[in-house]
Amino acid sequence: MTVTQDLDARFRAAALDEGLVDVAYDVIDSPVGALFLASTERGVCRISYDVEPEAQEERLARAFGVRVLRVPRRLDEAKRELDEYFERRRRDFDLELDLELVAPFHREVLSRLARVPYGTVTTYGKLAVEAGRPRAARAVGTVMNRNPIPIVLPCHRVVGSTGKLVGYAGGLDRKEALLRLEGVSL
Amino acid sequence: MDAVPPFERFYEAHRDEIFAFLVKRLGRERAEDAFQETFMRALRAYPRLEHGRELRAWAYTIASNVSLDELRRTRPYSAPPDWVEVDEDARPAYEELDHLTRDLPPKERAAVVLRYGYDLAYEDIGAAIGSSAEAARQAASSGVRRIRKELE
Repeated sequence: MTVTQDLDARFRAAALDEGLVDVAYDVIDSPVGALFLASTERGVCRISYDVEPEAQEERLARAFGVRVLRVPRRLDEAKRELDEYFERRRRDFDLELDLELVAPFHREVLSRLARVPYGTVTTYGKLAVEAGRPRAARAVGTVMNRNPIPIVLPCHRVVGSTGKLVGYAGGLDRKEALLRLEGVSL
Repeated sequence: MDAVPPFERFYEAHRDEIFAFLVKRLGRERAEDAFQETFMRALRAYPRLEHGRELRAWAYTIASNVSLDELRRTRPYSAPPDWVEVDEDARPAYEELDHLTRDLPPKERAAVVLRYGYDLAYEDIGAAIGSSAEAARQAASSGVRRIRKELE
């Protein structure tokens, strides 16, 4: 016997209402492919192009607690802002983010990254300078590569010193697509 | 392989059979509320599970207790039904405990299994069987006393 969709949805909603969900997640469609979104009570903690739920659930459980549950409702705001972004109706995100588990240097770099304006690019070296570690361009590259919340934290706006796109955890195609969406000429 | 899996895995793996179990016990309509209550109790106790073994039996233990509560609530003067302890699919935890606790009243049985089979704290056992921590402790210790007497 199969649990009806309605009953299933009611349980998930009730779990969220009672504050019993460590991490809620959902998978959505976007112009750059399916996106895995996850959020704690504090805010969005993960966006990923890897949408295979089981691997993501394991990672989230280790980081934030075992009560990982697919509850679309907690991601409603994130979905709305992402939709607006992809429709070019939004340039900045107003989402709460959960970066509590991110190491201090990474967090510092990510907070600088968050201020890189829509439709512009910066370089790994410049970000390193801004983060107070002028010789750490390579380390900044690592921070970008491990960015837990791509798109919202716009690591696609960081390029090599010669202007080459260099790399992107989601693949260079996506980096290019996001920059073109924002009107950057490549 | 003993790690507690993410709750979504546990829920997806057992929701259908637990629902079927509850429908069999309570009928379709009442099974829906009992289903929600079962997995809410599981969710409350989940972070304090010490390991991920025998989670299926654990789910059945909770579902048994929820349906027992439901039957008591709606028919307060009737005796507890005899299916609670013997349904083949509903056997709690380890073989050994299963055997030892077979004749215990359902709440005591669940308390003993959750305490000694799953190392749950009494507070969490209470959450799982729908009573206070103190009542859970009493149920477990009275269960153990009963087993001892049985073995003597």
